[in-house]
Amino acid sequence: MNESAHELQARALAQLDSIWDNAQLNAWRIEYIGRKGAVNTLFEQINTLPKEERGAFGKTANEVKTTLENAFHAREGAIKQRELSEALEAEPLDVTLPGRRPARGRIHPATQTLREIYKIFGEMGFQVYRTRQVETDLVNFQLLNIPEHHPARDNWSTFYVAGSDQRVLLRPHTSPGQIRVMRENFPNPIRAILPGLCYRYEQISARYEIQFNQVEGLVVGHHITFGDLKGTLTEFARRMFGERPVRFYADHFPFTEPSAQMDVKCIICEGAGCALCKYTGWLEILGSGMVHPTVLRNGGYDPDVWSGFAFGMGPERITMLKHGITDIRYFWGNDLRFLEQF
Amino acid sequence: MKVPVSWLQDFVDITLPISELAEKLTFSGLEVEDLEYIGIASPFQEGIKGTSLAWDRDKIFVAQLVETLPHPNADRLKIVRVEYGRGEPVQMVTGAPNIQIGDAGQKVVLALEGSRLYDGHKEGREIMTLKKSKIRGVESSSMVCSEKELGISEEHEGIIILPADAPVGTPLADYLGDVVLDIKINPNFARAQSVLGVARQIAALTGQAVRLPQHWNTQEVGAPKTDFVSIEIADPKLCPRFSALLIRNVEIKSSPYWMQVRLLRAGMRPINNVVDITNYVMLGYGKPLHAFDYDALVARANGNAPTIHVRPAREGETMQTLDGQMRAFSAHDILVTDAQGPVGIGGIMGGSETEVSDNTKNVLLESAIFDFISIRRTTQEQKLPSEAATRFGRGIPSSQNVAPARLAADLMRQLANGSVHPALADNYPLPQMVPTIHVTTHEVKRILGIELAPTEIERILQSLDFEINEASADALRVTPPDYRTDVDGADDVLEEIISIHGYDKIPSTLIADALPPLKGNDALEQEEAARDVLVDAGLQEIVTLSFTYPAHEASLRPTSNSETGSPQDFPLPARPYVEIANPISPERSVLRQTLLPNMLDIAASNLRYANRAAFFEIGNVFLTRRAGENDSRELPEDQAFSLPLEPRRLAIILTGPRARATWQPADTTPMDFFDLKGIVEDMLAGLHVRDADFTPIAHPMLFPGRAAALCIGDSTVGVFGELHPLVRANWALPEHAVLVGEFDLDAILARTDARFIVKPISRYPVIVQDIAVLVDEQVEAARVQALIVQTGGALLNSVKLFDVYRGAPLPSGKKSLAYTLTFQALDHVLSDVEAGKLREKIVRRLEREVGAELRSG
Ligand SMILES: [Zn+2]
Repeated sequence: MNESAHELQARALAQLDSIWDNAQLNAWRIEYIGRKGAVNTLFEQINTLPKEERGAFGKTANEVKTTLENAFHAREGAIKQRELSEALEAEPLDVTLPGRRPARGRIHPATQTLREIYKIFGEMGFQVYRTRQVETDLVNFQLLNIPEHHPARDNWSTFYVAGSDQRVLLRPHTSPGQIRVMRENFPNPIRAILPGLCYRYEQISARYEIQFNQVEGLVVGHHITFGDLKGTLTEFARRMFGERPVRFYADHFPFTEPSAQMDVKCIICEGAGCALCKYTGWLEILGSGMVHPTVLRNGGYDPDVWSGFAFGMGPERITMLKHGITDIRYFWGNDLRFLEQF
Repeated sequence: MKVPVSWLQDFVDITLPISELAEKLTFSGLEVEDLEYIGIASPFQEGIKGTSLAWDRDKIFVAQLVETLPHPNADRLKIVRVEYGRGEPVQMVTGAPNIQIGDAGQKVVLALEGSRLYDGHKEGREIMTLKKSKIRGVESSSMVCSEKELGISEEHEGIIILPADAPVGTPLADYLGDVVLDIKINPNFARAQSVLGVARQIAALTGQAVRLPQHWNTQEVGAPKTDFVSIEIADPKLCPRFSALLIRNVEIKSSPYWMQVRLLRAGMRPINNVVDITNYVMLGYGKPLHAFDYDALVARANGNAPTIHVRPAREGETMQTLDGQMRAFSAHDILVTDAQGPVGIGGIMGGSETEVSDNTKNVLLESAIFDFISIRRTTQEQKLPSEAATRFGRGIPSSQNVAPARLAADLMRQLANGSVHPALADNYPLPQMVPTIHVTTHEVKRILGIELAPTEIERILQSLDFEINEASADALRVTPPDYRTDVDGADDVLEEIISIHGYDKIPSTLIADALPPLKGNDALEQEEAARDVLVDAGLQEIVTLSFTYPAHEASLRPTSNSETGSPQDFPLPARPYVEIANPISPERSVLRQTLLPNMLDIAASNLRYANRAAFFEIGNVFLTRRAGENDSRELPEDQAFSLPLEPRRLAIILTGPRARATWQPADTTPMDFFDLKGIVEDMLAGLHVRDADFTPIAHPMLFPGRAAALCIGDSTVGVFGELHPLVRANWALPEHAVLVGEFDLDAILARTDARFIVKPISRYPVIVQDIAVLVDEQVEAARVQALIVQTGGALLNSVKLFDVYRGAPLPSGKKSLAYTLTFQALDHVLSDVEAGKLREKIVRRLEREVGAELRSG
């Protein structure tokens, strides 16, 4: 080996200059600065040199080693940089292709609205109670101040259970739950909502189903007023439909007195009049009223010292209003093209 | 109930725009459901509900026929000349059959060129504009109109002939224009079932007094026995009052145009003057009346003054009603009878033998009060709804019995030339109760939440015709007006106060009362958690009907000969159904005992356009109770009925490709048993249900060998598997696997562990080893797995089955199960030796207990 250290360095750098891939770079490293590489071989020559030359040679060899190592790292960095630039310049994806969507299911829209109602009232301290769907005429009507053959019964087209002589029925509203909740809770005050399926004998159409959810509300306490009814239900409407005016006016239910209907300003036309609100500018949301003294008494509460309010609403109707659904049959039709929009 | 505003104006001034009035009425409890504008502009655009054509004020007039001449070129047509108080008479051609050549002087409706009218020759209501034209050579740019052309009715046979006193030259909109309010009468508004009743409410709302007919408030009382009739009442509860008047020598003819118009607008067809007058008084004043042919009654009494006897029907009694139907009655029907038998169903319909006909001379006018409950029952049973029955069915006060009859008799004098016998026949055995009610300002504050001065309460109640008997600084004693029977307690009076004071004037408050003790509803929260877990597993929630029919649920069995339900066959129906007495259709005749059939319907309907269904439903089934089964939430009142149990169920249906096909590779092989099982496992893990395991079962609904029961502890809480192909065919589902499962959700949720203990995580390295063992086919994988877990103990961190292999080179009847075992210690670095020993122990155990052979290491 009569090549000088500087010649070695020049050859190595010249070779490195044309290297642009990691395998060649690695081979170069082994050849020159590896354990058995040319630079180490250079150091091994030191022993064969006269003593006085050793110092200078060693110094040169060290310089060569440092130079080659630096050149190696520089090239290594350059290759990484070039690879990255090349990678970044690769053929772009067609980002308009559909993504891989995870398979997921959805909660039925009726349940979604029920959950929203639970949440809003839950935060106001209401508890959820569920009571039976097959009811007695006694609890469903008579204890709610609707005697047999009372004209108010025209408002509920009821399914009766065969063989019961019309004494057992499918509840046409969640109101019988009021009696059950009062009986269960006396003598505590009550703040409850009672959701669940109800059934009515209707000709099925875009507007009527024979089955629907209802959410009843009941508040009983020592100082409950009609003002509390308005305040509570106004807050509910605000949470459910956003900041918009509500109005209360006279209605009639045998189990509340006075009774009131609550409307919210139409969510489509904001009051100007449209098909959704039948050109009234308002949407009917729920019926309500102060619990009738007879009903309080039937629930075990003395109407002279207790008072309360009750209300009832239809989650499907609320869902329809919110999402512009015009056919109530969509709910139990369970067509995926409907359900998958939620 | 339809109420023409023009009629209301008889009783009260309309001081508000109609839409505002409608809103005020609605807010006070008389909901105006619809507004029909007749001939006048509505605030809404044309074409939508509640609007109609407005009659041009400067083109459509009340006019008078000047002469009627023959048309020179057509026999059927006539030329009429009409004047309307402006300039020369107008000439036009008409084909109307109700005017004849030579006619003059009749009042008609004239529409000039440019008028917008409904096209009389087209179906429905299509608007046209009158244009300059010639009919058979005669210029005819104007028109004399029919009712159809004006949108008053569908009548297009002839033109309108107005009453002789119609004011010529008046725009028709001023003469016949009207708005009809369609009002929903709630049961608490029985008093508003008439034009007068609605007028009273308007008066109270606008601070006016109603204009009542003369002598309206005179409480006339007569005697039961008169020279023309005697009245007997069997049961005063069924008929608290029966009165009658005699009107002689009536002339039966058409009623005048104004009365016909009012009846039509209120929704009744004119018949003849006597019948129309009874209907007019009912619609206008709320009191149904009935007119008998008096001579027919006398004939039945052999020429004597008849005796009317009001009594319950005798079983099997019959009568032909005036609609021509023969009807049979039972003891709860109230009949109006004479010596010969029934002559009318009280308050509902008269008999045909004594009805007013064109030959009637003398009329006996009945005005009576009947028990509203009995009326309702008879109306429903006889299927005889009518305006009268509706009014009676909500209750009419006895004090309002005679004045309307007097009014009707007087109208018969005016419009039928009758002479009214002065005597009133009147049997009034049960006087109307007039309650006295105590109202305090404290009660107003307690319930309504507002402070109202007694003077303000007084003002409101007086506007509603309440009598104030006594007033102090904080209390009032009041009597409701005698035309109301719906007010008997302080709560009723509060409702009156708020409806006039205004619901909007009550300030909104937040409940100040103490919050009741909060208990939460675990059952609901867990159910919602189950929904979330299932949705996360990729299932869509559906909600189906609770109704079904027995054969539908029986279709879950592959053959019809395995009908009888056995409790082991859960969820197949095993009990008598809760049957509906009045089903909407045969397919909705009972309540379901299982969720699956209705869900399969939904799957089938979706699979008509989709290729995949992955559904779950959480809902109630209805099980008639067996002896000893109790409902813990039963009230004492329920105990007489044995109401059905309503347990919650969860059901799942899966079918179709595992993943939806996309532009990239996806696993689109059909889902099978293990897809469903995986979801069930996922749900159990998500809900932290312990001690669950799966056992193979044979089930009629399921494919043999592809069915399992879910057991928790020692009870079976559900079954699932692949639907039997014959059952699948019952729903005509596509021919690949349909996986179904139904579970007792209450039982599963009762076993969830909300406070499950978390296992600690080790910091030390793991040792992973695979083993494959050869076992007989019959050896269950779950058993092998359980043995491995048991033997591995605390150091065996996890066991994963990664391969199941059958076939060459394995002998037949054998399978190979391959597991990855992960060993790890919590407190030290596990050595290969320790792990090796455990592995060895596991292999020995498997050899010993299930005859396993180690295949490879
Ligand atoms: Zn609107």
